[in-house]
Amino acid sequence: MNRLRETSGKEERLQGPVGRRGLIAGAVGLPLLLSVPALPARAAGSSTMDVTGWRLPSLSFTMTDADTGRVVTARDFRGKLVLLYFGYTNCPDVCPLTLHNIALILHRLGKEAAGVQPLFVTVDPHRDTLAVLRRYTHLFSPEIVGLRGTADQLAALARSYHIGYSVSPATASHPYEVTHSSAIYVFDARGRARLLIPSLASTTPDIAGTTADLERLLGVGHDGALARLGRLL
Amino acid sequence: MTLRNPKSSVVPRRHAPGRPNCGGAGMPAAIALLGVSLLASGAARAASPVSVTGAWFRYLLSSIPAAGYMTLQNSSAEAIVLTGASSPACGMLMLHRTETAGGVDRMVPVKQVTVPGHGSFRFAPGGYHIMCMRPAMQVGETVPVTLKFSDGDQVHVPFAVQGANGPAGTKMKMPM
Repeated sequence: MNRLRETSGKEERLQGPVGRRGLIAGAVGLPLLLSVPALPARAAGSSTMDVTGWRLPSLSFTMTDADTGRVVTARDFRGKLVLLYFGYTNCPDVCPLTLHNIALILHRLGKEAAGVQPLFVTVDPHRDTLAVLRRYTHLFSPEIVGLRGTADQLAALARSYHIGYSVSPATASHPYEVTHSSAIYVFDARGRARLLIPSLASTTPDIAGTTADLERLLGVGHDGALARLGRLL
Repeated sequence: MTLRNPKSSVVPRRHAPGRPNCGGAGMPAAIALLGVSLLASGAARAASPVSVTGAWFRYLLSSIPAAGYMTLQNSSAEAIVLTGASSPACGMLMLHRTETAGGVDRMVPVKQVTVPGHGSFRFAPGGYHIMCMRPAMQVGETVPVTLKFSDGDQVHVPFAVQGANGPAGTKMKMPM
């Protein structure tokens, strides 16, 4: 059964991933996005969106891999489904909840999890060192890899997928503040953007549904076999 | 997701602010009255109207904050107002909540939380949480937290320390 809500092109544009407030400062040249209304407050059962038709760029980035300390690009992760999530380690609530739910999905995938690569990109490279990132992601699941880039590398990646974030250093009147998009993007083994999960920061996430969506992309099960056939044609 | 935490269904003890004023006159009668009231209550201090269940911390690393969650229940008819918390296991404890707007998440500090009369208030992942800065705790142990209320009451609650995957992680044998 097809669990994704397939929408017409026009409807998909209205369900943009981030609203005006979510766009990073200086994100010019995105007239289509600027006209998209803000994503409504997360409703119960807000579901994953099929973004295949959105013409997002194929996954591309330059970052440092927290596991190895080496510079990596998106090519290093081709061949697996990539789950791309942005956060920071000093986030006590939302990021751990999201990573925990990602871990639940991997757990549910069983041996199929070997075909999935979750990536946790820090929006706070100033405070998040490679060592902290490495220890942090593996608390949730061994497969989750942390990525850390320069401010420019981060901005380039976030801009491609309209991911909003901000980091405000502490001042006398307010503490260090970080905001970041709740969305998780899913890219297929060839790096094409396929799904947008609006948020997994919920205590009632649709783990079964999201797992089924990933299985379909992995080519597992009845729908997956049809998807595999479709890709061959 | 149901949090199962058998250790934390406690009725916390309440510290009554101030001390009883013992007058000099009618001492024997006063002592007799005191004796009767002690027998009647069975305890030197009154039980708090606040009860707390499901109290746990998600502990990650010692260098980053741990988030605490719990459900507060108020058995009295009047609202009670939680204003803060402290613990020897935390350098500082602050009330926070996660706010989502336009697909962007942020954490905002909370000055106080009102538990309505005969009502409850839930601190749960994705919403209200207690942020424990500089946590000194280990997965598997229980740490004491003192909740502070606007009327001066202090309520002691033991929090179970869970790992990254929380109570579900223990159940599913995932990384702790």
